[in-house]
Amino acid sequence: MYLSREEEAVARGERGDTLRRMMEILVALGDIYGAERLVPVRSVQIAGVSFKNIGDAGLEWISDLSGQVVVPSILNPAGMDLERWQEMGISKDFAAKQQATIEAYRRLGVTIDCTCTPYQLYDSLASHGDHLAWSESSAISYANSVIGAQTNREGGPSALAAALVGKTPLYGYHLDENRKPTHLVSVNANLSGSDYGALGFIMGSIVKDGVPLFQMRSRPSKDELKTLGAAMAASGSVALYYVDGVTPAPPTSPAAWEVIEKIALEKPDIDEVYEKYPGKDADIVALGCPHCSQEELEKIAGLLAGHKVQKELWVCTARKIADSFPDLVARIEESGAKVFCDTCMVVSPASERYQKMMVNSGKALSYIPGLCGVRAGFGSLEECINAALGRN
Amino acid sequence: MDIKCHKVASGKASGPALVTKDRISFLGNVNPETGVVVDPAHELFGRCIAGSVLIFPGGKGSTVGSYVIYQLKKRGVAPAAMINLRSEPIVAVGAIISGIPLVDRVPDDLLHLTDGVLIEVDANSGRITIL
Repeated sequence: MYLSREEEAVARGERGDTLRRMMEILVALGDIYGAERLVPVRSVQIAGVSFKNIGDAGLEWISDLSGQVVVPSILNPAGMDLERWQEMGISKDFAAKQQATIEAYRRLGVTIDCTCTPYQLYDSLASHGDHLAWSESSAISYANSVIGAQTNREGGPSALAAALVGKTPLYGYHLDENRKPTHLVSVNANLSGSDYGALGFIMGSIVKDGVPLFQMRSRPSKDELKTLGAAMAASGSVALYYVDGVTPAPPTSPAAWEVIEKIALEKPDIDEVYEKYPGKDADIVALGCPHCSQEELEKIAGLLAGHKVQKELWVCTARKIADSFPDLVARIEESGAKVFCDTCMVVSPASERYQKMMVNSGKALSYIPGLCGVRAGFGSLEECINAALGRN
Repeated sequence: MDIKCHKVASGKASGPALVTKDRISFLGNVNPETGVVVDPAHELFGRCIAGSVLIFPGGKGSTVGSYVIYQLKKRGVAPAAMINLRSEPIVAVGAIISGIPLVDRVPDDLLHLTDGVLIEVDANSGRITIL
């Protein structure tokens, strides 16, 4: 891989041991994936935050690093609400280690926003055409597909290396040749809300790491695109998709595409997901995967108004959003529901003490059984709220 | 005998060869406190990888494996060096953050080497020497 004179100096260790190792990570990955050179990144989102995922090994590594990030960098969700962890039933030991992990990132200059939706917090992190090094699979999908930025699926150390060096190897989704559609999907149904999560849940397992291009009858909103991409990145490893006439278009003309499969879906295909994973008997309902936007919080507050929940109801969002709309949070919590920040039902060990969780997210539906050992049921936002209110 | 190879993580170290045809998921396959392979389904089950030149096709499994390699190194039970047919990101990143020499792009024959043979890995000059 070609390195500039300045990059060579970093690689030789002239700017310290941490940066030397970080450059070694970028060069090794560049070599493995055939990158020609490094490219500057506009922002970084770092994985390896929930102590449940990284354990003592990861905490030790992050704590041992020295240096400062050189581009705006924020974090993936943590394993608990950093302030209200006791209400989540998190142990003191876990909380101490989670706080130590966050402090280690803070020392490196990382902004302490723990969220899977960085794009809902800051417009300045990503614009069309920007190169990024993001880690959280649904955020990657949104950045590539809806914003039209360019990022690979980074792991914890490679994202941190990009944050400290300010660059990432130029391969994969940073190159137009790898952004061509591979699957054409026509959806002959009117979809809304969680239907997009069901669609993503189905498509991820078919497309795997391909690039689907959807022709849709209905026109998804930004929140619905968020839901669709998150589900495909969980049931498969889709990092980029297109919706004809809605998202930015593919960079190459159809003649250059290498389409390997054409798929047609009808409404019964979507309905099957709801039927296969009924929400009945759930002892907890969890919303906000990915983290709720302001609009979603408003919808939830509206549905809960004047009612009291009969079951545990969690609403997950980013702290910055909760702090910006305290009235919305208060309206939701008046019902007895809990608005948790910095974390979610997928990455927090707090989920593990329940038997069955009802969700409106195709991503959570994919992950909850395997990662939390909890059965999952699927429903629309309205069905989830009804379940929490004891109406089913 | 010298064998050419490709540097993934820099450094130079030597030790007895420990060879497996199975890929390794450091998360789950190896005890991070002892360096002993704990997965009964793995060819190296019960063996300790500490101080060895660990020769295996490549990594697999969770990306947390990179951190487990780091933990092995801090406990003093990491391999002295590692050789892959083709490194993937989990082991590559783990070796780099831990300062363990790692090379790849070696002939497949190396997987038939006898355990215990002394080997030196010089990643910096891209050379493996069977001593």
